[in-house]
Amino acid sequence: MQALVAQLPALQVVLPLIAAPFCILLRRPTAAWLVFLIASWGSLFISALLIVVVKVAGPISYAMGGWEPPVGIEYRVDHLNAFVVGLVSLIAAVIAPYAKASIEKEIVTERIYLFYALMLLCLCGLLGIAMTGDAFNLFVFLEISSLSSYALIAMGAKRRALLAAFQYLVLGTVGGTFILIGVGLLYAMTGTLNMEDLATRLPAVTDTTTVKAALAFIVVGTSLKLGLLPLHLWLPNAYTYAPSAVSAFIAATSTKVAAYALIRFIYTVFGAEFALAQMPLDDVLIFLALAAMLFGSVAAIFQTDVKRLLAWSSIAQIGYIVLGMALASAAGLTASILHLLNHGVLKAALFMAVGMLFWHTRSAQLNDLAGLGRTMPWAGAAFVAAGLGLIGVPLTAGFISKWYLLAAVMEQGRMLLVAAVLISSLLGVIYIGRVVETLYFRAPASENAKRIRPPIGMLVATWALVLASLAIGIHSTPVVQYAQTAAAGLLGGNP
Amino acid sequence: MMVDALEQVYGLYNYWVVCALMMIGLYMVIAHDNLMKSLIGLSVFQTSVFILYISLGKIDGGTAPILGAGELVYSHPLPHVLILTAIVVGVATTALGLALVVRIHEAYGSTEEDDILASDADPEDEGNRDTIT
Repeated sequence: MQALVAQLPALQVVLPLIAAPFCILLRRPTAAWLVFLIASWGSLFISALLIVVVKVAGPISYAMGGWEPPVGIEYRVDHLNAFVVGLVSLIAAVIAPYAKASIEKEIVTERIYLFYALMLLCLCGLLGIAMTGDAFNLFVFLEISSLSSYALIAMGAKRRALLAAFQYLVLGTVGGTFILIGVGLLYAMTGTLNMEDLATRLPAVTDTTTVKAALAFIVVGTSLKLGLLPLHLWLPNAYTYAPSAVSAFIAATSTKVAAYALIRFIYTVFGAEFALAQMPLDDVLIFLALAAMLFGSVAAIFQTDVKRLLAWSSIAQIGYIVLGMALASAAGLTASILHLLNHGVLKAALFMAVGMLFWHTRSAQLNDLAGLGRTMPWAGAAFVAAGLGLIGVPLTAGFISKWYLLAAVMEQGRMLLVAAVLISSLLGVIYIGRVVETLYFRAPASENAKRIRPPIGMLVATWALVLASLAIGIHSTPVVQYAQTAAAGLLGGNP
Repeated sequence: MMVDALEQVYGLYNYWVVCALMMIGLYMVIAHDNLMKSLIGLSVFQTSVFILYISLGKIDGGTAPILGAGELVYSHPLPHVLILTAIVVGVATTALGLALVVRIHEAYGSTEEDDILASDADPEDEGNRDTIT
């Protein structure tokens, strides 16, 4: 048992990687689905163990293949890593029962096994980014997850999914290559790729143009993956035209993992002192976050497609996460890390609720969803419950993270930012309200008038996430404490 | 002064090439409406980074790092190994991009972004139906 626990960091990443070829060998849709189900639940189990181990025994350092760091690749799991890994595998484990019925309606039967293989590869890449302590390894995992998500998005039923995937491929590759350039420049200056080692060697050379350029390349690259405002162009189309299960999975995990990578590079590798105090990165990030919160929310109000509306809302919510991390305070980081989790869970629940409506109507246009809240009451109620969380109504998960964010902003006395956060939340009431109004207060089309039962797997999975978000909202202490420890670890040098 | 400038150009020759290729690649990605051409630009852009890494590891007069060959000066192998990985990633990206372009061409009959957006906007176009019934 002890030996197995020692191998957990490697198992976390290797399990989905090994499961993916099995999907392709088995070919049968149900068999491939079972592999995905088992692998994603296995990954959730491993990440739960990791969270406990880290909480009890402190950060874990794992030397991949027995090669000691900094020469070999190190997997380093501290509170922040365990937190992000937990979020990613939770979402994957919930998507697994959801995907079966949803995908059968959206993807031709012959390609279903490929879908599950790609989901597993994407999961592997995302978990890898969150686990690795090696800057180049992070790039490789980033590309694994990105390549599989381009293919997943291209599986959407409409042909527009192809162009959406292509645009994401072009922008995503530019972003990934920027990160590669940044890592190369860091290597040129320090001769190491290990993040801990970089952190100790960088302060001696921070006044060189090369390191400053490396910071710029890495920040722009991760911001592209993150969908931070001026670099968000790929995001609305990708979320809108992807299959429902993919939209839910990618919206909840991929941008969150990119946000993790940005936090890791700024705080652990470059150090807040250099990145946020010496360089004007904090002002830049706060300005962009502000623009994202307001512009994203306003754009969401004017959308006629619910999935596109949720995509724009994601752009706004990314603003909150970036705002928290740019404040360079423990409170701000805590809020940012909390919002990673809460937005991940809530946005997945929202996309899954819309996916249930889509399962019946084959459209996410507002007009086609009229009155469906009455004929599909559980799907409608899930949307309302998660939507309230997104707005930040008390007793929901969204309230907790916005509360901490507001507290962090007020701590620095920036009243303009407080106003922006509140205005953006109020705009959230309008766009969620528009969907709720359509679902409940408009007469259903004649073919939607009868009571419709969505598949049980979709229903249970969606409600599991909704209940999880309510649980975080009502009893937030354990999650908040974990996030606070993670933030303290990031600020207190290297944990 | 003149010598310094020459030194800058000649001594950093590889890096100037990297910069030029990078800008050419990015410009092609941004400026072209044709999907194939932006994919070519993307490849040029990635290639510039390959050259950057390879130049980092090169040492003047160094040979291949083979043990027992009796040579003491050799190029740094690690950047070269790293970039092998990145080349594989680049090949995969280009392959996936080409596959998408093929499917876009099948679905729209064109690889010009303008034409594609025009037929998306046209409600009469039969491609705007669901591909699965």
